[in-house]
Amino acid sequence: MSADAYEMVVGLEVHVQLRTKSKAFCGCSTDFGAPPNTNTCPVCLALPGALPVLNAQAVTLATKAAIALGCAVHSTSIFARKNYFYPDLPKGYQISQYDRPLATGGHLPITTANGDERQIGITRLHMEEDAGKSVHDRYAGVTAIDLNRAGVPLIEIVSEPDIRSAAEAGAYLRTLRQILQYLDVSDVSMEEGSLRVDANVSARKKGDSKLGTKTEVKNMNSFSGVERALTFEFARQVELLERGVQVEQQTLLWDAAKGEARISRTKEGSHDYRYFPEPDLRPLILDREWISGLESNVAELPAARKKRFAADYQIGAEDIEKITASPALADYFESVARAAGDGKAAANWVMGEVQATLNSRGVGITQFAVRPADLAQLLNMIRDELISHAAAKRVFALMAENGKPPAQIAHEEGLLKVGDDAALTTWIEEALAEHPEEAKRFLSGERKLQGVLIGFIMKKSGGRADPKRVNQLLASKINSVT
Amino acid sequence: MSTADFPSLTAGMIAARVREGTTTPADVVRASFARARGVGAGRDELNIILWSDEKAALAEAETLSTQIGGAAAGGVLAGVPIAVKDNIATLRLPTTCASKILAGYVSPYEATAITRLREEGAIIVAKTNMDEFAMGSSTENSAYGPTRNPVDIRRVPGGSSGGSAAAVASGIVPIALGSETGGSVRQPAAFCGIVGVKPTYGRVSRFGLVAFASSLDHISAFGRNVDDAALATEVMAGPDPRDSTSADVPIPSYREQFVSLLTVPNPLDGVTVGVPREYFPENLDEGIKRLCDRALDHLRKLGASVKEVSLPHTSLAIPVYYIIAPAEASSNLARFDGVRYGLRIEGNDGLREMYEATRSAGFGPEVTRRILLGTYVLSAGYYDAYYRKAQAVRSLITRDFTNAFSSGVDVLFTPTTPTPAFQIGSISDPYEMYLSDIFTATANLAGIPAMSMPVGRSNDLPVGGQIMADHFAEPKMFRVAYALEQSLGEDAHR
Repeated sequence: MSADAYEMVVGLEVHVQLRTKSKAFCGCSTDFGAPPNTNTCPVCLALPGALPVLNAQAVTLATKAAIALGCAVHSTSIFARKNYFYPDLPKGYQISQYDRPLATGGHLPITTANGDERQIGITRLHMEEDAGKSVHDRYAGVTAIDLNRAGVPLIEIVSEPDIRSAAEAGAYLRTLRQILQYLDVSDVSMEEGSLRVDANVSARKKGDSKLGTKTEVKNMNSFSGVERALTFEFARQVELLERGVQVEQQTLLWDAAKGEARISRTKEGSHDYRYFPEPDLRPLILDREWISGLESNVAELPAARKKRFAADYQIGAEDIEKITASPALADYFESVARAAGDGKAAANWVMGEVQATLNSRGVGITQFAVRPADLAQLLNMIRDELISHAAAKRVFALMAENGKPPAQIAHEEGLLKVGDDAALTTWIEEALAEHPEEAKRFLSGERKLQGVLIGFIMKKSGGRADPKRVNQLLASKINSVT
Repeated sequence: MSTADFPSLTAGMIAARVREGTTTPADVVRASFARARGVGAGRDELNIILWSDEKAALAEAETLSTQIGGAAAGGVLAGVPIAVKDNIATLRLPTTCASKILAGYVSPYEATAITRLREEGAIIVAKTNMDEFAMGSSTENSAYGPTRNPVDIRRVPGGSSGGSAAAVASGIVPIALGSETGGSVRQPAAFCGIVGVKPTYGRVSRFGLVAFASSLDHISAFGRNVDDAALATEVMAGPDPRDSTSADVPIPSYREQFVSLLTVPNPLDGVTVGVPREYFPENLDEGIKRLCDRALDHLRKLGASVKEVSLPHTSLAIPVYYIIAPAEASSNLARFDGVRYGLRIEGNDGLREMYEATRSAGFGPEVTRRILLGTYVLSAGYYDAYYRKAQAVRSLITRDFTNAFSSGVDVLFTPTTPTPAFQIGSISDPYEMYLSDIFTATANLAGIPAMSMPVGRSNDLPVGGQIMADHFAEPKMFRVAYALEQSLGEDAHR
């Protein structure tokens, strides 16, 4: 039997750091990159006698995420202690949720490679706190502990084992990230650790309904890393099964540099976390009205926005994907499109010049010097034929540099179209004089040379000459000769 | 104020004198330290006090004096010296839970209850001995050796708050703080002949109380009389934004009613006192039975009607307690891992060995036993059989009380302990020791207020009577206790 006879079965556990000012159970800052152990207090250091107090903002953000993923948000959920010893876990337990999570039973629609839509089930979404960081390479022979991250609020989003390929896993993660970005509940950056992915992978013969033995793959630091790790692990399992060897339930760590997953020395399966309800916190009771208030308040999600853009701005599906990649970019586009009254032109500029400039300058759209209203004004100048397309690009480059309005730049730089006959006639005469051969043939009736001459004239004018009028003036020259 | 006077003064009297200016906080502090020396509170004698610093306490007293007119100087506890169990976080003095694992640990913050006492002018003069991490009923489980009962130095003061009880009983301080998880204030109060009050769960913030079993732990006060114990409780009570389990329930004045009780002939008219038969078993100590009956006679004379009630699940309290408390303790004590503070013993090889070496050396045998017990009952496969079932039975125990209180009973009256103070070293079987809390653990499981007050002596040993009330019904409990105390008069101590 060949590898094609098997199918991959994947469920993903995604940990997302919530974007709150303070930690989940104390008032310490969540700022990333503060000097080690400076964002700490008796509570997150687990000093004797300190007690946790739940951050209400964390509950709001977690609930928004649960609503956006179509989960049932439970009016009562219970925090539980997950007990294990590790130096960067100060209390010796993590406050999490166990048998009564915040939300269960959601779904996330993804688009597969062949354009089909598939629903990936969300088993549960629960709240918990992050651990600190163990730093093994900072000091020789010892491990250093940084507890700045200890107690930072997280949500864990657990999917059903509905994912059937590495590409689907990638699509799931990208869609999820986009939704969380739209909700503005997290920075969702894998690099900064605000989004972390663990994958449960198994292989089974196609057509089998029973799940194979799964392994857990950790330590991926990019979405493409997840895809590569899944491909690797699936192949490893299939190879074992083909040889008639049982897959062992274990944890593997992905090594991106080597492109392989290694079996972890710590036996996750042997952990008994001794969960029990956290007695220091009361059950989390959410008012039904409060939940419905959030439901009606949750920001427009990517799918809805795409649909609306298609209807409102007459742009193609592929362009919509690009424009809605991030909520900030989509917001930018929409502001330009509305102000300019032209979705098509706005889309072309946002995908073209705007993206290129952002990339080359290495800034995000939120820090971009060109305000949407100014870009819209530039588009209107093009529409009104006050400026040529080529000149507009030069104006735009200057706008990105100094943030000045386009009309002012075009004026200062002399980039407005010149339509007055005296100036145009001067450029025409000069161009004809500089190209006597072409001029002679043209004037003697060779009309096909008109395009070439217009090129010379436009160049002469630095792009400012109004090509329509130049065309008319040139044509009248032949007419007046013949 | 003379040093000789001091031991007989109540907190209320001391504060009044300080406010009037007839004595100074510094004089009071000096008198307290003199008394401690006089009774032999140190390590080699009664072993009541683990940590104290007379100079620092005097400095605090001087500061208070310069603030006359300020809130603390004019407070209801102005200049009152208070001893605090070693598991409640205080600034300056160590907070070690009488455990080697926290040797030398000084908290960088203080408990909310301590802040509230200090805001009313109290001065913390000592940290007192206790059973390690509050696990015990005799104060014999301290890493620093047992505390002796000032009434009879061959006997235990009870526990786990034995040091605080002995400090009050021996006149070192008028008020001391202990903590309760299953009777750790009421039982030593009974053994030492003083008053001990466990408030409703959530009435006093736990912030700063080193956790043993979070759902059962309470900061609780000792006083030589009902008024002082009520005063301390009232000052500490109230919601705390740093303790999510503290209750935002109004705090009526507990003591305002006391004066009126003195002037009417039948101050307990209309009060129904329930006597649960399960707390008066056949084999109850004869002397305790006699003194409780005498107290009930007083209550009748005061106008109360006394009726027998049943709390059928009482006998399950100790088994339930010894599942829930160790389970929570096994988790609460995980933070003592040698990584951030307290004792650390490097093993030969790596992290696991460091944990094992540190915790093996740092925890005493009773703490180790309960961590193991708690770890076991929370383990996969045993959780349902033990922890979940225990929680279900706990709710039955709570319902027993709710039923009693909703059937017209205002307070319950019982003996506090099945026996008077026992001899040091006389109980070696842990389970026999656990039974010492048989009448007190129920109130912790139910979260209701309960107190012990002296009702007389049997063979020269103090006997405590327990009064329990419904959640947040402290005013009723104090009212009955105060009336009984007045009625008993000197008989409470003979």
